[in-house]
Amino acid sequence: MIRLTGIERTFVVGEEQVHALRGATLEIGQGEYLSIMGPSGSGKSTLLNVIGLLDRPSAGIYELDQRDVTGLSDDELARMRREKIGFVFQFFHLVPRLSAAQNIELPMVLAGIDPTGRKPRLNRLLAEYGLEDRAGHRPDQLSGGQCQRVAIARAMAMNPSVILADEPTGNLDRHTGREVMAVLERVHHNGGTVVLVTHDPEIGSRAHRRLRMIDGAVVSDEKS
Amino acid sequence: MRLNDVLSFAWQVMRGYRGRTLLILLAMGIGVAAVVAVTALGEGARRYVANQFGSLGTNLVIVLPGRSETAGAMPGVLVGKTPRDLTLEDALALRRSHAIRRFAPLIIGAGDVRVGARRRETPVLGSTAELLEIRRMEMAQGYFLPEGDPRQSLPVSVVGSKVASELFGARQALGEWLRIGDRRFRIIGVLAKQGESLGFNTDEIVIVPLAAAQALFNTEALFRVLVEAKSREQIPYAKEDVEEIIRLRHEGERDVTVITQDAVLATFDRILRALTLAVGGIAAISLAVAGILIMNVMLIAVTQRRREIGLLKALGATGRQIRLAFFTEAVLLAIGGAAVGLIVGQLGRNLALQLYPTIPFQAPWWALVAAPATAVITAVLFTVLPARRAAKLDPVQALSRR
Repeated sequence: MIRLTGIERTFVVGEEQVHALRGATLEIGQGEYLSIMGPSGSGKSTLLNVIGLLDRPSAGIYELDQRDVTGLSDDELARMRREKIGFVFQFFHLVPRLSAAQNIELPMVLAGIDPTGRKPRLNRLLAEYGLEDRAGHRPDQLSGGQCQRVAIARAMAMNPSVILADEPTGNLDRHTGREVMAVLERVHHNGGTVVLVTHDPEIGSRAHRRLRMIDGAVVSDEKS
Repeated sequence: MRLNDVLSFAWQVMRGYRGRTLLILLAMGIGVAAVVAVTALGEGARRYVANQFGSLGTNLVIVLPGRSETAGAMPGVLVGKTPRDLTLEDALALRRSHAIRRFAPLIIGAGDVRVGARRRETPVLGSTAELLEIRRMEMAQGYFLPEGDPRQSLPVSVVGSKVASELFGARQALGEWLRIGDRRFRIIGVLAKQGESLGFNTDEIVIVPLAAAQALFNTEALFRVLVEAKSREQIPYAKEDVEEIIRLRHEGERDVTVITQDAVLATFDRILRALTLAVGGIAAISLAVAGILIMNVMLIAVTQRRREIGLLKALGATGRQIRLAFFTEAVLLAIGGAAVGLIVGQLGRNLALQLYPTIPFQAPWWALVAAPATAVITAVLFTVLPARRAAKLDPVQALSRR
């Protein structure tokens, strides 16, 4: 489903060239639960951004659902993200002035789905992530765990091919972090593909497939 | 993205940043209100002048003795040599023209008007029966000067309402006698209150037959002749006829000045219109300033809402959608500001009308269209840069910072 071949990503910082990714080659199948671990600066977030089409690789080929996406225009990439990718961020990134329900609705609004089509999907998502009684609350009225549940519900709104979570528990206490992991794992149990970036070994080791990255390269790939 | 969603998204932003929204509405509102108020003033002045000229009579051609070499516009400020007087015979000769409906020769002078022990210095007008129609005067009581031979001097007079009340107080003026100099006149009519028009107040005059005024002021020369053309189209012909008839009578000398009311009015109209446009344009500068404010605020918004823009991109918003969101916000703000401005402008107009009821303040239709349109156009133009900047934002960088 996701196939990366020889992906390079270089940044120019000042006069120096920084290799964030060096020839990353990786294949992720439908329904996998995969964690990417490694020290800071090892390129795991960059890899995630490339998979999420937020970042363009400097070289290499990226195929998403059997389609080469390396040459697509910005707008085509935006449409691909809308249809196939769900993001979960460390800092939730909810729109502060919108209610939980409106935040969850946002991808469907951007996709131009009409309100009658959005309504049942929204209600299903609210119920599924236990947010029914929080639907009208704004993010500043929600706890961290609730915020992240809203973010996961939002990521699932368009039924994406893959959920990309960048340190989803990094901003939560241990207990809430476990709760959020349970929610993500339920997505996986229901057949979703989950890619998780973390530097918490306890959380990373729960995934069925574990990548280790050092200096922009994948150094180990374990499955259990 | 559906139009409704675009609008409600922009609406949420405007509600979310209330202070900012109010400031922009204020700036836009002041700009639009300034344009509306200022053009209402200008247009009011124009209409005021037009009304004043209209109250002088319509299709008017004014004949003055003397020829001014440098053609001026205002009757009264013309100072020309008068080699030959304009006489009643000249005026009567105008009957030959087919373009002229009626005319009234005019003599004017200051008279010492007395009733019993009361005396008053007033302008005394010598004219004929036609003056009533030509000047659109109305009678409150009695009759105007009788028709008949203008060479005949009848001892009758018509007085303005203020003259009547000052000389007779509460007493009935009609039928009484008054003295002007050493002559006695019976009052056969009182003019209705008309007020001032172009500096000439008919409430404060006494009108006597032309021949009587000639005797009173001991002159044959007419002050001027008011001529009414048969219609608007006939005005140029009437003017030509007047010039030709009097030239023939004055041994081929063109020694009268003929002014058409239309020409004078048109000049005023042009001047005041240009003035209205100019001050309206100056007021419109404040709209440009409001536009710059919008740009500023939008640029700040791009920085302030970096994360949100990055998020929208991650959720699959295209560059077009992000630009659209910014433009929608700007247009909504401009429309809101324009609405505020139109309302405030109208309130200002109403206030001005209360203070100066005689001047018909009314913003011209083009200003009512142009001001909001300018507001919206400047808002859109000044949002181009911020919207492009937002659309080009790199989502990875926008999202990475807290």
